[in-house]
Amino acid sequence: MKCKTCAAKAVIETRRHNAAFCTGCFCTHVERQVQKTVDTEKMLSKDDRILVAVSGGKDSFTLWEALHRLGYSTTGYHIVLGIGDYSPLAREKVEAYAKGQGLPLIITDLKEEYDFGIPELALHTPRVPCSACGLSKRYVMNRTALEEGFTVLATGHNLDDAASTLLGNLLHWQTEQLGRMRPAMEATHAKLVKTVKPLIRLTERETLAYTMLRGIDYHEDECPNAVGATSLLYKDILNQLEHASPGVKQSFYLGFLKKGRTAFAAHSDGITLKECEVCGQATTTETCAFCRMMEQARRRAASRNP
Amino acid sequence: MKVIIRRPRREVEILGSRRVRDLLRELQINPETVLVVRGQDLLTPDEVVKDDETVEVVSAISGGSDDEM
Repeated sequence: MKCKTCAAKAVIETRRHNAAFCTGCFCTHVERQVQKTVDTEKMLSKDDRILVAVSGGKDSFTLWEALHRLGYSTTGYHIVLGIGDYSPLAREKVEAYAKGQGLPLIITDLKEEYDFGIPELALHTPRVPCSACGLSKRYVMNRTALEEGFTVLATGHNLDDAASTLLGNLLHWQTEQLGRMRPAMEATHAKLVKTVKPLIRLTERETLAYTMLRGIDYHEDECPNAVGATSLLYKDILNQLEHASPGVKQSFYLGFLKKGRTAFAAHSDGITLKECEVCGQATTTETCAFCRMMEQARRRAASRNP
Repeated sequence: MKVIIRRPRREVEILGSRRVRDLLRELQINPETVLVVRGQDLLTPDEVVKDDETVEVVSAISGGSDDEM
């Protein structure tokens, strides 16, 4: 197979683009896809101070590497989740990358900062680990970005994440979530930071290839809590469709953004945000979901270990 | 050839040479979900893997968090 751009020997085929690329042209292609998303969705400017959420996996490293190469001002942000052998290795990979690239990095250890890691939150609250993890990450990412003066928070959600979330929201007619699905979310409250997802035009297979071809030492292991997750089932189904009909994932999600989302916009409008009475962060209720979860964990932990 | 499939890790021995696309079909692996690697090199579907070679099939799929999109 020959590279579509320069005719050199190709290393990857992307059927949805009816193309194959050599190493150099593929990396350029990925970075152009990121730039196109940033420009189309008006995500970032070169004046922004961008906090990049970095788990140590292929997606977040692709995001950090591409934004840095595209000339944006980035600082990495890693959350230590406290999950068995998984979290220490993730931290190690992120620290090694930041050091190697000479890029600034901020780390929050959930257990040190908030007394509970993800396993303890799952033990002491009714939430499953992925739910406690998602809530904790959203909360501490926004809070850290605000407190450290960043103008934008960037996350490495890719096309497969977006398409599988869309499928799940449609299967359950989650109209409010469908109305909120957008790759760039402006800050709608003084305690919220703008969030962007510049990888939504890239599949997981493409971010994996980019990470490997750029020689980045990423955390290959899957989070042990993800085994059996519904999102994996949705991704599997969408990839079966993609294999039979290349490009269908992209047309499903980008088509929704273009033609479908506005139909649900009214379902997510009119939400009044206020400040949490405990921590002061933005919430729709008196006490935010994160503070409620933490209070519940503290009470149950105390009753189990008096 | 030896095929190392990562996550979950298992090893498969296959007799004879194969094109990558035929190898994945035989192993019933969706090519949209993996990369096939020989040493440090990514392989396109038309590449032939010889009987005495080792390749790794690396999964691209991850998930689990309920992060909002």
